[in-house]
Amino acid sequence: MARKVSTQRKVAFTGIAWTIGFLMFFPILWTFLTSFKSEGDAIASPPVFLVFNWTLENYHEVQSRSDYFGHFWNSVVISFGSTLLGLLIAIPAAWAMAFSPTKRTKDVLMWMLSTKMMPPVGALIPIYLIFRDGGLLDSRIGLVVVLTLINLPIIVWMLYTYFKEIPGEILEAARMDGASLMKEVIYVLTPMAVPGIASTLLLNIILAWNEAFWTLNLTTSNAAPLTTFIASYSSPEGLFYAKLSAASTMAIAPILILGWFSQKQLVRGLTFGAVK
Amino acid sequence: MAVRFLSASVLYLSEYILGAAKMATIHTRSVARLMMAPSVILLFAWMIVPLGMTIYFSLLRYNLLMPGTEEFTGLLNYEFFLTDPAFFDALKNTLLLVGGVLAISVIGGILMALLLDQPMFGQGIVRILVIAPFFIMPTVAALVWKNMFMNPVNGLFAWLFRLFGAQPLDWLAVAPLTSVVIIVAWQWLPFATLILLTALQSLDEEQKEAAEMDGAGPISKFIYITLPHMARAITVVVLIETIFLLSVFAEILVTTNGGPGTQSTNITYLVYTQALLQFDVGGASAGGIVAVVLANIVAIFLIRMIGKNLEA
Amino acid sequence: MGSINLRNVSKVFGEAKVIPSINLQINEGEFVVFVGPSGCGKSTLLRLIAGLEDVSDGEIVIDGQNATELPPAKRGLAMVFQSYALYPHMSVRSNIAFPLKMAGMDKGEIDRKVSDAARVLNLTDYLERKPRQLSGGQRQRVAIGRAIVRQPKAFLFDEPLSNLDAALRVNMRLEISELHQQLKTTMIYVTHDQVEAMTMADKIVVLNRGNIEQVGSPLELYCKPANLFVAGFIGSPRMNLIEGKFAEAKGAKTVGIRPEHIGLSRDSGLWEGTVTIAEHLGSDTFMHIQVQGVGTVTARASGEFWVRHGDRVYLTPDETKLYRFNEKGLAL
Repeated sequence: MARKVSTQRKVAFTGIAWTIGFLMFFPILWTFLTSFKSEGDAIASPPVFLVFNWTLENYHEVQSRSDYFGHFWNSVVISFGSTLLGLLIAIPAAWAMAFSPTKRTKDVLMWMLSTKMMPPVGALIPIYLIFRDGGLLDSRIGLVVVLTLINLPIIVWMLYTYFKEIPGEILEAARMDGASLMKEVIYVLTPMAVPGIASTLLLNIILAWNEAFWTLNLTTSNAAPLTTFIASYSSPEGLFYAKLSAASTMAIAPILILGWFSQKQLVRGLTFGAVK
Repeated sequence: MAVRFLSASVLYLSEYILGAAKMATIHTRSVARLMMAPSVILLFAWMIVPLGMTIYFSLLRYNLLMPGTEEFTGLLNYEFFLTDPAFFDALKNTLLLVGGVLAISVIGGILMALLLDQPMFGQGIVRILVIAPFFIMPTVAALVWKNMFMNPVNGLFAWLFRLFGAQPLDWLAVAPLTSVVIIVAWQWLPFATLILLTALQSLDEEQKEAAEMDGAGPISKFIYITLPHMARAITVVVLIETIFLLSVFAEILVTTNGGPGTQSTNITYLVYTQALLQFDVGGASAGGIVAVVLANIVAIFLIRMIGKNLEA
Repeated sequence: MGSINLRNVSKVFGEAKVIPSINLQINEGEFVVFVGPSGCGKSTLLRLIAGLEDVSDGEIVIDGQNATELPPAKRGLAMVFQSYALYPHMSVRSNIAFPLKMAGMDKGEIDRKVSDAARVLNLTDYLERKPRQLSGGQRQRVAIGRAIVRQPKAFLFDEPLSNLDAALRVNMRLEISELHQQLKTTMIYVTHDQVEAMTMADKIVVLNRGNIEQVGSPLELYCKPANLFVAGFIGSPRMNLIEGKFAEAKGAKTVGIRPEHIGLSRDSGLWEGTVTIAEHLGSDTFMHIQVQGVGTVTARASGEFWVRHGDRVYLTPDETKLYRFNEKGLAL
């Protein structure tokens, strides 16, 4: 039921909403702008907004001084690696729970969720010691394993809610139409499950990319992803705003873009299907 | 014999791939169990092994700087941890941090959701702008705020204060916890907004019209129709944020390091300093268990909420 | 091709006996409707025939061949589902072509059959669309198209019209009937709507709690209901079922009289009553009349009959059209 809205009202709301949207986004915008400034312009007072000497030097410097792309690559490996590994483990589980549910399925799901609620400090010390003794500290493989485990409940849950939406009648229709098991999987099930799997993948890459407890505590240099690398700018000698901004912009840009694509799935994934 | 075995295993495999399509016989049930096994075993190990070890360590006198001197001390670590003034500060800070961010993000989120639900030009773009901070890496968010906004000399806030003739504030020194709350709230307000907006948009338009026909004005419409409709989403936001906020770490690490003193130390950070800075494994483990207990109190409510929802 | 025979077929879900035991012969080319209230087992029976559920006991014979153990694909039947069950990621063309593709037919042949089916069903302009871009009626036709291209031995319809609005439902009803005239293929159609059953069926199977109450042509069921259940289920508005003195006088526990078999008068008749509700449809007038000692009686007058709430009318049941039932509810 679309209702007539007075243009005046609409313009007023547009003004307020855009102002608030701009304010919320401003720190990101400011970081982006600062990344193209010289260090002098970056701390100029009064601050300069658009009129300054735009330069790409910071991006260049960040890379040449500190192997930025090495850390970027670590982030990619860790977030994709843990997500793919998680999917591999979770898809059969979610599949079984969605399509041959038993009385206990719900309890298993709830229990899985409850493991996600354990605060990381409860596990920090043993994991740290195990990693130290096993030579896994500052290794990508170690982080992949930990991030897989912490996100596994979310992956199972998201997949479960998506798989549950595939109607049973469609599978039956395929069988009436004479599809063999393999053909049913190839032509009907896979195409219908792929969107859900893709959304799950997307959200979990975002979560893993931004994970900043285990990455900070378990890596120092070699395997350090961007979270740890950026944190090294917190020391006073790292107070170069323009370079910090350049490093930050590169760290957040890919995930920001992914994130905008996955808004809807985000709500579902993070509320475990409680809000759709 | 071999052929039969082969055909049986092919059948088994195909059912493994497609446990779905078959009827719920005992056979497929065991296949289903097999499919669930890796997830269940891994998560069980992930839950029980570290937790068991943490409980075990918490009963020991165990310092990494003095290897070989471990001994059983009973509940002494808990006594030390719980009577440490730092624990009270940390507990208070944890509650203030969680409470502050919750208050900002829930109230702000409701207002923003109501605003974004109004007719306007470029709604999609505003939505994208508002949501963006949620996708920002915590360390980036913290450092950008710390340096480029809250820095007493070069920060934008300092410039704004001077513009209005006020004395710039050294945010992280004067109001460390408030600063952390602001930074964390900036990241979580979008989350609350997004979820509440989604809930709001699922409100049946006819219900609102019915309320209008029944003579409800905008305010009573909000109180009697909109708010109850959002109630569940609000609860979900509160519970999920609480789980994450109890474990805020990166934002403190890169901004205040918990200081000055313990003014911005939360329990997570306190355990971290005891473990990885003071190497007191026993004490830190006791702290970790305390944190687990606190989180569980929240988790019980959340699990119930979501569990109820599963049936609907 | 297309005779189906059920022999002592039963279905048990856990503890619940959904279908105790059913024997049924469906002849080639027949349009058979399974009708009954929800939960009567009609859909389960259809799914047993389709092979989507395993029978607990008994045999299903299709064209003289025992099909009890055959998987659905091998039975040569096609089904139209209540939700249509179209493949959402495929175009209309691919949806209709799917069973042919599964049968390994060559591409030219598939294209020809799909366009034939599309022409018959008025879908030619929509072949490249996805199911979500179609209206309910169009989706329904795609589901039917997917069923007819394979030229099955029989069509199974599981409440196919229940998701359509009233006007469309009447249209589709006609289309399915026409389709049956054209194809002359056996059709088994499940519905809870007795109007659909009466208008479409050659043979109606009335089901209740997993048992067959009666099998017969629509008019047989209308004229000679075997028991109270069928009497109450077939016919609209429902038959009036009267107990008490009036029934006893006729030597029965219950007497049934259809609304259309009651004569109406303003001045004299067997029963005197007060109109509680009058429904004026133009072509008919339905009245609910409170009769002393008998209860509420529904009566139908052809054309317009001017009464209002509270009016006094006289009713005379047509003695030759009375149905008598004994204590067990069976027709006498």
